[in-house]
Amino acid sequence: MVRRVFPLIFLFFCIGTVSIFSQEADLEESMLRGEMIYMDFCVTCHLEDGKGVTNTFPPLAQSDYLKNNREASIRGIKYGQQGEMVVNGVTYNNVMAPMGLDDAEIADVMNYILNSWGNWSNHFVTTDEVAGVEK
Amino acid sequence: MKNSVFLIFSSLIFFYSSCAQDPENQVDDVTNTPFQAELLIDEMQIPWGMTFLPDGSMLVTEKSGEIIHFKNGTKTQIEGVPKVYARGQGGLLDIEVHPNYSENGWIYISYASEEGDEKGGNTALMRAKLQGNSLVDSEVLYKATPNTTKGQHFGSRIVFDNEGYLFLSIGERGDRDTNPQDITRDGGKIYRFNADGSIPKDNPFVNESGAKTAIYSYGHRNPQGLAKHPETGEIWDNEHGPRGGDEINIVKPGANYGWPVITYGINYSGTPITDETEKEGMEQPIHYWLPSIAPSGMAFVSTDTYKGYKGSVLVGSLKFQYLERLVLNGNKVTKREKLMPEIGRVRDVKEGPDGHIYVAVEGKGIYKLVPKN
Repeated sequence: MVRRVFPLIFLFFCIGTVSIFSQEADLEESMLRGEMIYMDFCVTCHLEDGKGVTNTFPPLAQSDYLKNNREASIRGIKYGQQGEMVVNGVTYNNVMAPMGLDDAEIADVMNYILNSWGNWSNHFVTTDEVAGVEK
Repeated sequence: MKNSVFLIFSSLIFFYSSCAQDPENQVDDVTNTPFQAELLIDEMQIPWGMTFLPDGSMLVTEKSGEIIHFKNGTKTQIEGVPKVYARGQGGLLDIEVHPNYSENGWIYISYASEEGDEKGGNTALMRAKLQGNSLVDSEVLYKATPNTTKGQHFGSRIVFDNEGYLFLSIGERGDRDTNPQDITRDGGKIYRFNADGSIPKDNPFVNESGAKTAIYSYGHRNPQGLAKHPETGEIWDNEHGPRGGDEINIVKPGANYGWPVITYGINYSGTPITDETEKEGMEQPIHYWLPSIAPSGMAFVSTDTYKGYKGSVLVGSLKFQYLERLVLNGNKVTKREKLMPEIGRVRDVKEGPDGHIYVAVEGKGIYKLVPKN
């Protein structure tokens, strides 16, 4: 019995390890694509260090809003963002136009900002997740 | 005695060191302005450009792809607007009427367009007439190539000079190492057209083989302000620099404004682009902003509507969210003032035919500056 179960457990262990690694590889690739999007569409306001400009452009680095409002953050990138929002205790009231990014690009840039500047998310953003976010 | 010598000496040092600081890069707060800002058109998202019709009504573009006709206090959406490539900084951009609009009815519009085979978009110029609530007789006059999916630097502004030539600015489309210094490519240029879109015979590069002959000047980064000087008739531009180094330039035929070979700015990351700020054969700006204000829109004050303002130039600040007034002595900036502090991202500013100043603010709408008695 033990002999028959052990290879199975071993097999699952192997598959698990491979899938964790391949997920990590996927995340890394997505983040690389996301970084290119970020440097094109976002850096002008949110800056390279993700800290933004206090009172004008909210920070993404160590941002409580981004951490706690994943869906609203995706919605903001997808459809644009306007009106008051509180980020790290500071109230912002500004306009971010919809950038015209497709769902895959939004997933990539979300993965980049969720895992840069000390931010960390254990939950990979997929194109399907972005596609499901409605106005 | 010793003390007083020390005092004189140290105050002299203080005096000279404060002189050495560039007064151009100080912006002053103003407590008492000769106007009151009234919100004339409300509930707009990104009002990008505006122009005035002879009946006193206004046409305003929304970057997302709409044109609003504002007449007698009501907004009407115009039909027949070109399809825009709304990505990054691209969308429906500037709008301007022909100087003889009441005779010919032409309205000029710049926008990001997907026209062409490649994926992406680039800046286009069209003209049309307004019939009822629709644009008719539309003609595309110019379309920059190639298309790219980059989100940056479409420009653009439209202005006519006293001879009836149309000037159009197009930014370098996020490709600074390829476009701005190459006159065979679009982007990073200011163009000059006849009003029908044809190329004037004396444009500076008409005889250069392979050149885009509509080009009037090059080496620009992303000009989003163009205005005609009310006295000299010259065309002035303001353009976004990288981090630091936004500029005001006077547009001259065939001139090279140096981007990215010379600049007063640095990369967003803080790394240098070049250590050169001047070079022979390249124009110096008449003013540069450090830090960047992210300038958009430009208007000279040509009337006495606002006490003390005649002859100065107004520029919107997207980054610091105010309207800047630059006091000029000839071509030199002698003073900068911060008007309408914290109003929001100022996208455009125009002097209307009525001599009043109109200011387009993102997330708000169009403000009219009403003079105080």
